Amino acid sequence: MLRSPYISNAPSVTNIMVKVLLALIPGILAYVWVFGGGILVTLTLATVTAIGAEALMLHLRSRPIKPFLMDGSAVVTAWLLALALPPLAPWWLIVVGTLFAIVVAKQLYGGLGYNMFNPAMIGYAVLLISFPVIMTHWPAPLALAEAKLSFLDQLHFILTTSLPEGIKVDAVSMATPLDYLKTQLTLQHVVQDISQAPIFGAIGAQGGELVTGAYLLGGIYLMQQRIITWHLPVAFLGTLGLISAMFYLVDASHFANPGFHLMSGASMLCAFFIITDPVSGPTTPKGKLVFAAGVGILTYLIRVYGGYPDGVAFAVIFFNICVPLIDAYTQPRVFGHEK
Amino acid sequence: MNAILNNLSQVFKFHGGVHPPENKQESTTEPIKQLGLPSKLVLPLRQHVGNIPKVLVEVGQHVLKGQLLAEAEGSISAAIHAPTSGTVIAIEDSLIPHPSGLPDRCITLQPDGKDEWVARTKTDWRSADKATLVGSLRQSGIVGLGGAAFPSHIKLRADGKTAIQTLVINAAECEPYITCDDMLMRERAEEIIHGIEITQYLLGAAECLIGIEDNKPQAAEIMRAACAKSQLPIRVVVVPTLYPSGDARRLIHLLTGKEVPSNKRSTQVGIQCFNVATVLAIYRYFEFGEPALSRIVTVTGNVAKPANFEVLFGTPVTDLLAAAGNALPNTNDYIMGGPMMGFSLPSAEVPVTKASNCIIASAPELFPEPLPAMPCIRCARCADACPVNLQPQELYWFSKSSNLEKAREYDLFDCIECGCCTYVCPSNIPLVQYYRYAKSEIIAQDRAKEAADIARERNEFRLMRIEREKQERAQKHAQKALGAKTETTLTDGSVSDAEAAKKAAIAAAIERAKAQKAEVVPQNVEDATPRVQEEIAEIDALRAEASKAVVAAENQKKDL
Amino acid sequence: MVGLAVLLGLVLGYSALKFKVEGDPLVARIDAILPQTQCGQCGYPGCKPYATAIAKGEADINQCPPGGEPGVRALADLLGVEYKPLNAEHGLPKPKSVAVIDENICIGCTLCIQACPVDAILGAAKHMHTVIASECTGCELCLAPCPVDCITMEPISESPDNWKWRYPVFEIKQLSTTAIGADAGTH
Repeated sequence: MLRSPYISNAPSVTNIMVKVLLALIPGILAYVWVFGGGILVTLTLATVTAIGAEALMLHLRSRPIKPFLMDGSAVVTAWLLALALPPLAPWWLIVVGTLFAIVVAKQLYGGLGYNMFNPAMIGYAVLLISFPVIMTHWPAPLALAEAKLSFLDQLHFILTTSLPEGIKVDAVSMATPLDYLKTQLTLQHVVQDISQAPIFGAIGAQGGELVTGAYLLGGIYLMQQRIITWHLPVAFLGTLGLISAMFYLVDASHFANPGFHLMSGASMLCAFFIITDPVSGPTTPKGKLVFAAGVGILTYLIRVYGGYPDGVAFAVIFFNICVPLIDAYTQPRVFGHEK
Repeated sequence: MNAILNNLSQVFKFHGGVHPPENKQESTTEPIKQLGLPSKLVLPLRQHVGNIPKVLVEVGQHVLKGQLLAEAEGSISAAIHAPTSGTVIAIEDSLIPHPSGLPDRCITLQPDGKDEWVARTKTDWRSADKATLVGSLRQSGIVGLGGAAFPSHIKLRADGKTAIQTLVINAAECEPYITCDDMLMRERAEEIIHGIEITQYLLGAAECLIGIEDNKPQAAEIMRAACAKSQLPIRVVVVPTLYPSGDARRLIHLLTGKEVPSNKRSTQVGIQCFNVATVLAIYRYFEFGEPALSRIVTVTGNVAKPANFEVLFGTPVTDLLAAAGNALPNTNDYIMGGPMMGFSLPSAEVPVTKASNCIIASAPELFPEPLPAMPCIRCARCADACPVNLQPQELYWFSKSSNLEKAREYDLFDCIECGCCTYVCPSNIPLVQYYRYAKSEIIAQDRAKEAADIARERNEFRLMRIEREKQERAQKHAQKALGAKTETTLTDGSVSDAEAAKKAAIAAAIERAKAQKAEVVPQNVEDATPRVQEEIAEIDALRAEASKAVVAAENQKKDL
Repeated sequence: MVGLAVLLGLVLGYSALKFKVEGDPLVARIDAILPQTQCGQCGYPGCKPYATAIAKGEADINQCPPGGEPGVRALADLLGVEYKPLNAEHGLPKPKSVAVIDENICIGCTLCIQACPVDAILGAAKHMHTVIASECTGCELCLAPCPVDCITMEPISESPDNWKWRYPVFEIKQLSTTAIGADAGTH
């Protein structure tokens, strides 16, 4: 039935999701360069699990399957989760995480548009709490690993968690820079000494800064395409930078510099891809600023004082709960009204 | 580009807005064409905001062009005149252009081809009293021709509260496809300026601003030239093409920077806004004595020869389409209005009314069937596009779950239903439909609540009245009992003075009532039309029968 | 600890008195929800008595057909009780109607005037009676007393004046039959 307006000019949801995936590609390429091709296996595994889980849930809920599968939102969730997981994570870790993200965090809440939390972050948080050791064992960047693993070796490890003859797990994995920094600080070393370790690169992690830089490029592409607005990334990075700068200026030996915080861990991924999830985030411009600033501060606090090396997931989930409140209090002034 | 030429006028900006493809070129290639007399004219009584006018003619009556067919009734109402001379062949419910598809009372006129005018007089408005002029506009049939159809005399009468400083003439015509105002300005600029002169005089406005979008360079030039010739304080301000800059409050903001508060009218900030075609109609009424009989209508879309026509009110849309070369074979719908805010006509058999600015023949290539709607992903593109800076996604969630109180709290009634939100929604959700549903539900609920409150009051009054009557009766009984006691103390058998006086009073009252009954004559029968006199005779006969029936019933009771 | 408890108790007590919100008594609030048809289908002689009975707990919230399902839900919300469907013993919701007196048959007996709970009938003994349509609530209490059966109920028809936009329903899946699929988000 035709009804006004009779014309429209909007990208479809699929279109938007595909652009987000495109924006992740530079990051993925950098990832492969730094950590080897294992990430591609992870991505594939996550994508397949996500689509399968979504199709099953839609069928169980008697919803039409094709339109929802084609909208690409499950694939975006899968990729974000896969990029947050360690590249050599066992296959069952990826499957469990993706299943939890799609089935519980998304479909059980009502499907696309109804989830209260960011599904990828819920999946990540569940894995982090349930399997902390595996989740914090990242492989060393190829440049630093004593033993170089080929793509097939990595594939083999993901599927069977067994390494080729003679190679030990320690030889291929190490703590992430954030984790290393945290543990070393508790051992009473100072930042200036810690950052001499080979795992640290110029600003962030050795090799890792390439990946975060690629995410930044992807994010700029998204802003140019008007898929996301400037509010969320700028507020997040700005607040994270500001608070880390404040702490750094007070005591440079116990707090890393802002550049490090901005370029390591999931900061860039968070700024452009995670907090910009429209369904679980705020909708008003001021609300976006408040939300992103809050996530920035909480991420920093968890990194410095919390029990986990990277606080992005928990910060995002916490502020997802606050979103309705943030929205209610940041309603913009309507034309013709005073407040 | 033209905005640079507005060296003295500052143009402000409003939030949001969209740029739909204009599709205006098709219908501006030729000048306005006159349509021949149609075979019949169907004039709905409800063509404007307010009370429907009172019909003055009867079926079979011959009327002249411009003759008053129905007079304005009540303070907010507008009259209807015969667009041409002919015979009234019906006053009955007929299909009207309304989204509901429901019929409404219409006067159907059959033209006699002679197009004879009723006597017309020119009004020397410069020397007449303003209140008289505005009063005479009440029966002129002139309503806002921009689509809102608000009786114009209401907007011109001085309410004694705030003075009008600025008259804004809305010539923006922001919706795609519609070009009637554009062509009107190109061809009749001088008359428009005369109309502005009268309107400015009636309002006492110090200045006048004409807002035109920059996609109408020719019209802007012609209007500027006409303004320059006139020596009046009228300025043409060209605004950037952005939908919906033609919305009255948006245009006022663009031209003056003032935001009309949502709960007030623009007159309360000293601004009044008229459509460019309406002021022309006002001019023609005072200068030539011509009431509102016709308007310019754009016929475009899937027709062979899109163009603008001067159309008499009541012309069937089928005649209009025929004049535009007929709708092409794959036409699947007819839209009245523009593609952003128009509605689908129930059929092409409906008449053109005072609010019809455009008829678009729709085809699948022009207006494809909308894609299935997905759930809302809260991307807030709608909020970015909304010219009123509302939060359409919140209003959508509230309207969808029929949470009408919250919808009202989030300023649902500030929504102008422009369609910008739906235009940009990636999930193809028909947002405006939800708001229309919520608004009409809220209005119906409010009406029901008002009616319920009145019913409650009436019920309480009735209970109080019954109580009061009971008490009065009890008092009377008590008095009577007292009176009877005093009577029995009198032993000489003679009736007491009080008793006698009461009896005399009762007898006198009975005499009076008898005399009154005998005298019952219907009031107001001098000058009664024969039909009314017939009615009176009928009622008298019925009364006689009824009283006979009562008497018969009483007799029956006695017999039993 | 005890001192803290006493202090907080005092603060709460003081706030309860100082910031007390003057609201309508419960009966008035219930009555505000009822549709004021004054038809008596609930078993009580009018809306106010029914409201009083609900407030006392003597009557259930689902006895009012003119209020319909929205009315029961509003009462459930106000009183904080479970929603339950309308009790069919008290009648079923009907489209809103208005009483019309056939003037050819009316004998002017005033029985309907006395029956009307909102005084919506104009007339006097041995004079023509007529229903004031705008005040008639459609309670049908005038139908029974009329000795000549001259009153009928006419449903209020939809006109462009009172027409409402419908709730939008649209397909998200082309089904093989012509049945329309459900709205994407309804559960």
